[in-house]
Amino acid sequence: MDPRIIVITSGKGGVGKTTTTSNIAVALAKMGHRVVAVDADIGLRNLDVMMGLENRVVYNFIDVLEGTCRLNQALVRDKRADTLFLLPAAQTRTKDAVTPDQMEQLCDMLRKEFDFILLDSPAGIEGGFKNAAVGADEALVIATPEVPSVRDADRIIGMLESMGKAPIRLIVNRLRSNLVREGEMLDVRDVLDILAIDLIGIVPEDDSVVKSSNRGEPLAFGDSSPAALAFQRIASRIVGEEIPFPSFEEEQNKGFFAALKKFFGLK
Amino acid sequence: MAWDFLKRLFSTGGSKNIAKERLQIVLIHDRADITPEMLDNLRKDMIDVITKYMEVDLSKIEMDFDREDRSVAFVANIPVTRIKRGVVASSAGKPEERKEQEKTANGGKKATPKRKSGQP
Ligand SMILES: Nc1ncnc2c1ncn2[C@@H]1O[C@H](COP(=O)(O)OP(=O)(O)O)[C@@H](O)[C@H]1O
Ligand SMILES: [Mg+2]
Repeated sequence: MDPRIIVITSGKGGVGKTTTTSNIAVALAKMGHRVVAVDADIGLRNLDVMMGLENRVVYNFIDVLEGTCRLNQALVRDKRADTLFLLPAAQTRTKDAVTPDQMEQLCDMLRKEFDFILLDSPAGIEGGFKNAAVGADEALVIATPEVPSVRDADRIIGMLESMGKAPIRLIVNRLRSNLVREGEMLDVRDVLDILAIDLIGIVPEDDSVVKSSNRGEPLAFGDSSPAALAFQRIASRIVGEEIPFPSFEEEQNKGFFAALKKFFGLK
Repeated sequence: MAWDFLKRLFSTGGSKNIAKERLQIVLIHDRADITPEMLDNLRKDMIDVITKYMEVDLSKIEMDFDREDRSVAFVANIPVTRIKRGVVASSAGKPEERKEQEKTANGGKKATPKRKSGQP
């Protein structure tokens, strides 16, 4: 299998890029793939704490690019999965510490060692995003079903398209089905209508995401919470499995019949 | 509770419809990279240019962006009431200035205005 470099990105910040990167990395590694999660958010690194590996970080990828250390010295092995690694970002440097050329160089080095290279991108459309995206083949765009997030996702999709990334696929994160049912939140279908790209996953709002980030244990390590299942399904779709999405109408009907039953006291 | 249920049953949608509509509108401008002021100016300029050549029904002018996936077309529907006689077609400046330019460009030869057949 050819190595695949996937950038995980969004226009707006705080919509779940780092959460998604860590969980998909774990899920892919659990399938036996060699995976590295790269923290491309220089100066605001987070992936190390999200994965619970912050105490084992010694070097970062800028050290590798500057020749301070070798690649395998900077890679942090995740003891919970044999084939999972983290490549940390520098915390005390700024985003212009690396050039797009250097990022491509780094990606080429990683391509030789891994099946999946996941790049956790910083928010926004500035240099940091370009650095994260330049070496990637494909992209996952995260959006929450809210106006600013979808708007900014559209902007990022345009940029990814002009950079020639393909496929570019959408993850709708933090979907709240109760609000959708009440007509108070954009449904996945609405977001797809607007953004007109392929969907690869729907992640519900789930309290266990917060608990897992408190502990530094990505949900995909075993939890069977709704979000954990959603991330596992996304990983399966990434490797090409066809996992149907629950039909949107079905979901709606479920809500409707649930309401009907409740109305007639059938619980 | 029953009221809630009925409300849900017959509701035509809550804030999500507003969200969707707002997104669709804001993205047209984002995608075309055109601000509302620019659109307004464009409209005025278009009318200025067109009325040099023909009389149009100002009350029935429609100008808008036609959106398809990530591409946008600017579509104008401008009902013509009368074409003015003897105006040279020109893409820049006033017709008189353009004639001057053409003279020099053609080495002094006068450009003959072409007229479409079937004109009133
Ligand atoms: N599906 C979800 N359910 C609940 N909380 C979530 C979910 N996804 C993300 N979050 C929360 O949102 C916040 C931002 O997530 P993060 O992954 O750091 O976003 P980003 O990397 O895009 O800035 C975190 O506090 C995280 O716990
Ligand atoms: Mg992040």
